[in-house]
Amino acid sequence: MKTEIDNQIVQDLMPQKFGRPGVIWTTILIILCVIGFGAYISQLRNGLVVTAMRDYASWGIYISNFVFFVAISLVGSLITAIFRLTNVQWRTPLTRISEIIAVAAIIFASLAIIVDMGRPDRFYHLFLFARLQSPIMWDVIVITTYLTLSVLFLYFPLLPDLPILIKNYKGSKFEMWLYKFLGSFWKGTAAQRLMSHRAVKIISIMIIPIALSIHTVTSWLFATTYRPGWDSTNFGAYFVSGAFLVGAGGVVVAMFVFRKYYKLEKYITEKHFDHMGKILVMLALLYLYFNVNEYLVPAFKMKKAEEHHLMSLFTGNYSLLFWSVILLGMIVPVIVLLFPKGRKPTTMFIMGMFVVVGAWFKRFLIVTPTLLSPFLPIYDVPESYGKYFPTWEEWAITIGTLAGALLIITIFVRLFPIIPIHETIEEADVKHKMI
Amino acid sequence: MTELPKIVPLSQRSRRDFIKGALLAGVATSCAPLDPFTALGKTETAASGEMVKLLSVTGEIIEVDKAYLKPVPEMPVSNDEARKGMPGKKFVMVIDLAHCHNLKKCQSACNHAHFVHDHQNWIKVYPMQEAEHTAPYWQPTTCMHCEDPPCVKVCPVDATFKRQDGIVLIDSDRCIGCRFCMAACPYSTRVFNWEKPMLTPDELAVQYSPETSCPPKIGTVSKCDFCPDMTRKGELPHCVSACPNGVFYFGDMNEDVVTNGTDTVRFSELIRDRSGYRLMEDLGTKPSVYYLPPVDRLFPFEDGLKTKEEKHS
Repeated sequence: MKTEIDNQIVQDLMPQKFGRPGVIWTTILIILCVIGFGAYISQLRNGLVVTAMRDYASWGIYISNFVFFVAISLVGSLITAIFRLTNVQWRTPLTRISEIIAVAAIIFASLAIIVDMGRPDRFYHLFLFARLQSPIMWDVIVITTYLTLSVLFLYFPLLPDLPILIKNYKGSKFEMWLYKFLGSFWKGTAAQRLMSHRAVKIISIMIIPIALSIHTVTSWLFATTYRPGWDSTNFGAYFVSGAFLVGAGGVVVAMFVFRKYYKLEKYITEKHFDHMGKILVMLALLYLYFNVNEYLVPAFKMKKAEEHHLMSLFTGNYSLLFWSVILLGMIVPVIVLLFPKGRKPTTMFIMGMFVVVGAWFKRFLIVTPTLLSPFLPIYDVPESYGKYFPTWEEWAITIGTLAGALLIITIFVRLFPIIPIHETIEEADVKHKMI
Repeated sequence: MTELPKIVPLSQRSRRDFIKGALLAGVATSCAPLDPFTALGKTETAASGEMVKLLSVTGEIIEVDKAYLKPVPEMPVSNDEARKGMPGKKFVMVIDLAHCHNLKKCQSACNHAHFVHDHQNWIKVYPMQEAEHTAPYWQPTTCMHCEDPPCVKVCPVDATFKRQDGIVLIDSDRCIGCRFCMAACPYSTRVFNWEKPMLTPDELAVQYSPETSCPPKIGTVSKCDFCPDMTRKGELPHCVSACPNGVFYFGDMNEDVVTNGTDTVRFSELIRDRSGYRLMEDLGTKPSVYYLPPVDRLFPFEDGLKTKEEKHS
């Protein structure tokens, strides 16, 4: 009976070849990446002049996209580390999903920041002439640390699955080589298991402060300046809470897609959606709370320097986007997910999409409108400098990076079980024994 | 630098020759046939037979054929020197708002000297009006060369730095183009070279130095540099000498002297008597640029609204 269940689990959770939709999806992602890369070549040739950024709007969607990636990557620490430490039982099928989202996002966060550099050829200057007093250096340090920890956090729990794959999976030569290369040393001995268990525990603890730092430091890129809209002591907490929200939204979207496509209804159940729905409500309310602090308090005072910025968001150029993000990205998900019916998979998926898309535009609203509200008026420059709308190159590159992150996730899912097999079997065994 | 070379006593006759040679050396240097600056070392210069005596750097009298004397090419100071700044100095600027009526001679002189194009002016002349019923006035802005520069704080690679003489400069060979300094500067004084700067071959051939900020480089940040190359030559920054109304005073705070080219005054007295102030004092950046309030204005504000052509006629 036990082995029957085990075999069933192994069979259900094996990586599966792309079906027709999978091939189409992957092809589209590759095409988007190639277009983005082409646009980047054009940017390398001609300089950042191909973007719509100019001396006032000196940061645009590259930076907001970077902030978005850093934000969504925080989910790795939420689901895997925080849930592991607090012993949340239902987390197992979601851990690997959230960890690969974290790894893919943080890789493309680093690329997004290089894309924004005026002189990417001098990237090595960051190491050669590093100055620790700059928040950019702090970001370089915490992001590389977080990437390392996240990769380990993905890899260690994957180890027990690799022998299972080697034994049961009939893959291509490359796949088999990859599994052997990564995990043939794993014999599952007591000593190895103890070591892995300890390592994972240490990482779970370490990754939480690091995860909080990556987004706090990212918020300091803005909060360490004098600009209205950024000059806020609220920024670290505001960014971290927003990051947990978008990360949870991302996991909801991903778990819906994997569940549907790989027929994982037995493993990612409606109960999982119900739990995640409640978490989303809590996180959205938390983020709303910080938004109230961030906008309502300065708006109450309406200091002269803040006024231009706040009005551009409330009633000006960015008002449509601003209110849509608040409404669709936060308030609507809270209302819908408060109801048990709203926490069914399909509505959860839609609300998850709202949260993620809203979060992307929210980052844009944090970055650019502030730059267009400087202390001294925008003056003595071509009229176009007072506005910012991304060019096709910027869109192509940004969409390319998003597609790239999705491509990493897609390829990972094609090669490895997206739900940890070994852990699932263990849990099933425990349940079986109890019965 | 202040140490004088030991002078060897000379006979009457050779002293006359020496003075002649020294005068020549003022614009020329004794050069071995191998010229380090140009490839001319290979082409032999024929000796003229006329010899001149020169004082070598070690204090010896040496004799060189006149044909080998070449003018010193105008070389900027080394990068190390440009990062240190001039010892004992503390440069300061005072902008007299009572005299400005938006002629923008400062801007065009600055742009010309630094190969800056119209859309990225380092100097801007803002029409300012604090409140609805207060008087409007023209306010030229340069880089404030802050005592606590927010731009320098955030630069990850030390590409923008503060020197001992108070000047904030950019090393365009170091800048990675992250534009954090632009976001950090509350005075919006920094501009970016979004595209390859349009330069003539002559402009391109100029030896780059952070002190001249020339030639500008694609993908890096530029801004007003207080013209340290001019100061080294004992001349005033381009904006100061270009302004026909004497709006800009420039000088050394340690000497307590500023000049606009015609009037030379005590900095402390000027600031005291005319109630000088700095921009955005509340931010704590401590600018090196002071303003004299626009009281008893020489020109009506509307004067500045006229087009350039009208002003000239």
